[in-house]
Amino acid sequence: MNILVCITHVPDTTSRISFTDNNTKFDTSGVQFIIGPYDDYALARAVELKEANGGEVTVLNVGPADTEPTIRKALAIGADKAIRVNAEPVDSFYVAQQIAAVIKNGNYDLILMGRESIDFNGGMVHGMVGELLNLPAFSPVMKLEIEGDTAKMSREIEGGKEFIEAKLPFIAGCQEPIAEWKIPNMRGIMSARKKPLEVIEPTDSVKNTEVSSYELPPAKGDVKMISKDNVEELVKLLKEEAKVL
Amino acid sequence: MEAVANKEALKGGEFLVKETNAQDIFIPEEWNEEQLMIAKTCRDFLEQEVYPRLDEIDSQKDPNLMPSLMDKAGELGLLGTSVPEEFGGFGSNFNTSMLIAEVTGAGHSFAVALSAHTGIGTLPIMYYGNEEQKAKYLPKLATGEWKASYCLTEPDSGSDANSGKTKAMPTEDGKHYIINGQKMWITNGGFADIFIVFAKIEDDKNLTAFIVEKDFGGITMNEEEKKMGIKGSSTRQVFFNDCKVPAENMLSDRQNGFKIAVNILNIGRIKLGAAAIGASKGVIDHAVNYAKERKQFGTSIANFGAIKHKLAEMATRVYACDSATYRAGQNIDDAYDAMVAGGMSDAEAKLKSVEQFAIECAILKVHGSEVLDYVVDQGVQVYGGMGFSADAPMDRAYRDARINRIFEGTNEINRMLTIDMILRRAMKGELDLMKPAMAVQKELMDIPDFGAEEDNTLFAKEKKALRNLKKAGLMIAGAAAQKFMQKLKDEQEVLMNLADMLIEVYALESAILRTEKLIGIRGEEACATQIDMVSIYLHRAVNIARQAGEEAIFAFASGDEQRMMLLGLKRFTKVEPTNLKEARRRVADHLIKENKYVF
Ligand SMILES: Cc1cc2nc3c(=O)[nH]c(=O)nc-3n(C[C@H](O)[C@H](O)[C@H](O)COP(=O)(O)OP(=O)(O)OC[C@H]3O[C@@H](n4cnc5c(N)ncnc54)[C@H](O)[C@@H]3O)c2cc1C
Repeated sequence: MNILVCITHVPDTTSRISFTDNNTKFDTSGVQFIIGPYDDYALARAVELKEANGGEVTVLNVGPADTEPTIRKALAIGADKAIRVNAEPVDSFYVAQQIAAVIKNGNYDLILMGRESIDFNGGMVHGMVGELLNLPAFSPVMKLEIEGDTAKMSREIEGGKEFIEAKLPFIAGCQEPIAEWKIPNMRGIMSARKKPLEVIEPTDSVKNTEVSSYELPPAKGDVKMISKDNVEELVKLLKEEAKVL
Repeated sequence: MEAVANKEALKGGEFLVKETNAQDIFIPEEWNEEQLMIAKTCRDFLEQEVYPRLDEIDSQKDPNLMPSLMDKAGELGLLGTSVPEEFGGFGSNFNTSMLIAEVTGAGHSFAVALSAHTGIGTLPIMYYGNEEQKAKYLPKLATGEWKASYCLTEPDSGSDANSGKTKAMPTEDGKHYIINGQKMWITNGGFADIFIVFAKIEDDKNLTAFIVEKDFGGITMNEEEKKMGIKGSSTRQVFFNDCKVPAENMLSDRQNGFKIAVNILNIGRIKLGAAAIGASKGVIDHAVNYAKERKQFGTSIANFGAIKHKLAEMATRVYACDSATYRAGQNIDDAYDAMVAGGMSDAEAKLKSVEQFAIECAILKVHGSEVLDYVVDQGVQVYGGMGFSADAPMDRAYRDARINRIFEGTNEINRMLTIDMILRRAMKGELDLMKPAMAVQKELMDIPDFGAEEDNTLFAKEKKALRNLKKAGLMIAGAAAQKFMQKLKDEQEVLMNLADMLIEVYALESAILRTEKLIGIRGEEACATQIDMVSIYLHRAVNIARQAGEEAIFAFASGDEQRMMLLGLKRFTKVEPTNLKEARRRVADHLIKENKYVF
């Protein structure tokens, strides 16, 4: 089975976020980048499926050269080869078009990615890729079993759980507990450099988004503790101080 | 790459009498992608498997917990990083193994189990084993299928390690040795499959080492020791009662055991320094975070100068130690490469390269463990009452830190070794102390330099201060050696003073060189905090050296000689005034902004 796993290169969750160039650019200095945590689960499941059924796992990232350490980390975790589309991931639609082009040129039985990236948290790429290729797309997939050419999945929906069966190929946006999160082992790390990492140029695609500026959310305010017997005080503060009532 | 080829290779201990070019040292900012990935794997492992179970580990309720954690570390390959590939390991170089020691060093009791297994447990076989022994044991040790311990210490033989009473008697057919004796404080004893045992054959003067499998029989042990810290680490008394060991399990030659013990401890020492750095960084991260969150008098306590002072001082000492540790680690790797290129075997070059830097190893053991103790002490203080609570992380950090000044040779023993090794090398003509010491003598007679010449190059003043500290050390060491000759070893107080001076020289020099090299890469502006840390450390180093030097001079010089030396010491410990308060505030503010130790 040939599995494609699309990964994002995103700031570590503990990074301090700041902007430069008049708040139009994200300041990457001193920021640690990681594989998007949801993508990490998708990758882990792909590696598990490969270990169980054989086949090959390819990772794909749309990004400039400085994402390569992140890609090699995916190789260390167990992917067999990698493709980097040499382009800034401008927005969801742009990335979806690039991914769709790679899928068209490849021969993948299954396309996995995270339910969303953790930088812009769009959560749209899987649906867009599905639409562009006329393939089914599911998200957030929390369980994925493959039998022959059929997959059984479950995903959480409002107020319940949905069980799905689908024929391969399709696209899944994944989330824990789809797989056991994998820490790259020494063998994987030592072999990552030896695995192929192909760099391809982007296809012509529309860019619909331009960033006019970024803004940080307001700083976390102080917490006021009010005794549970003092509802009047609470109402008064909500009205007069917080001005939300 | 050319710079590497032209690297001037200083020998161990030569830092005292020679200058090092900043370009020639390795700095932690130069870790490559693979090394950073390995470090991240270690960190992730601690976060996923160890930190959620710290209480459980320390309770020792489940005797299988620690070995099962070791198994998991083994699955990731973390037990075989230094083992050569042909024996199932990954053949990492020395500095990479130090990085692993650093990161896992934040793992409390688990860190001790891991380092005992991979260090004193595995290395004797790796370095001294013959091909059959290596083939039989290393692959299983590298995966963790077999877990190892190291049995040197006995109830009556601790620091005086060669005085052990454990006996190994050859059987009549010569095919076995029968080991009898009692070992104490054996880390991993409770679950070890393999024991590296030091014993004396018949009436030998020196120890011989054996690889003993638990299954050989005749091994019993006491309950787990109840300890102040690292409570989750298994520590046992181990008894050997007619334990029958095949003769082919003798490690290296008869009576070579003490040498093995010493050389393995050299490696253990520098790695202990690295582990202490990892533990220290973890404590700083907690302390910075807590200081920001904790509010008193209407503001975060991180805004108080007294707290900033602590945070900055913690970070500065760790920075200096970090700089020195990986500088020495690379020296060892370079020496190894040169020896292998010269035709030496892998195992011998590994040993000889560490032996070459045994002085630095001893220095770093002392410095690392004492920096850690300072850091945990101040960490508790930053937490206030919560620092004393068993529900907050400082309690465990504080207790676990203390052992590091005791095992792998107490800090007293290591301080004395530092000076002993330097003098020995000088005596053997391997280290030229005479010429520089004479030059200092002569300089003392000359008119003092009033600092007329202005040198505004980077760190010119700091380097001058450093050169002067070396002179102060040489002046006192030279005078003490002349005065006491062979009896200097009985003047332990003076040896301690001298060691303190040397340790500070090495740490200070490393911090300066690292910062200088880093500025070359990132520019001065990006290194403002590191430059502040250099000034802070400079003053600390000079103060320690001045006090230690004075005590030494008082101890053995009098009259004119004393006056002369005190004047010299004053001259050699002169530093430009710096506003350390402001420097520390800037360092602390950097930590507070990043919410962690980021250097
Ligand atoms: C938790 C723990 C784990 C350990 N793990 C191991 C292990 O796995 N394997 C193993 O073999 N050992 C192990 N040890 C033993 C450890 O290495 C010794 O405790 C250490 O070497 C000190 O020996 P000692 O306890 O006999 O102290 P002593 O030698 O009795 O020292 C007591 C004091 O006297 C000082 N002193 C001793 N000799 C001199 C001297 N000549 N000049 C000046 N001062 C001196 C010491 O510095 C110290 O301050 C462990 C110990 C502990 C506590």
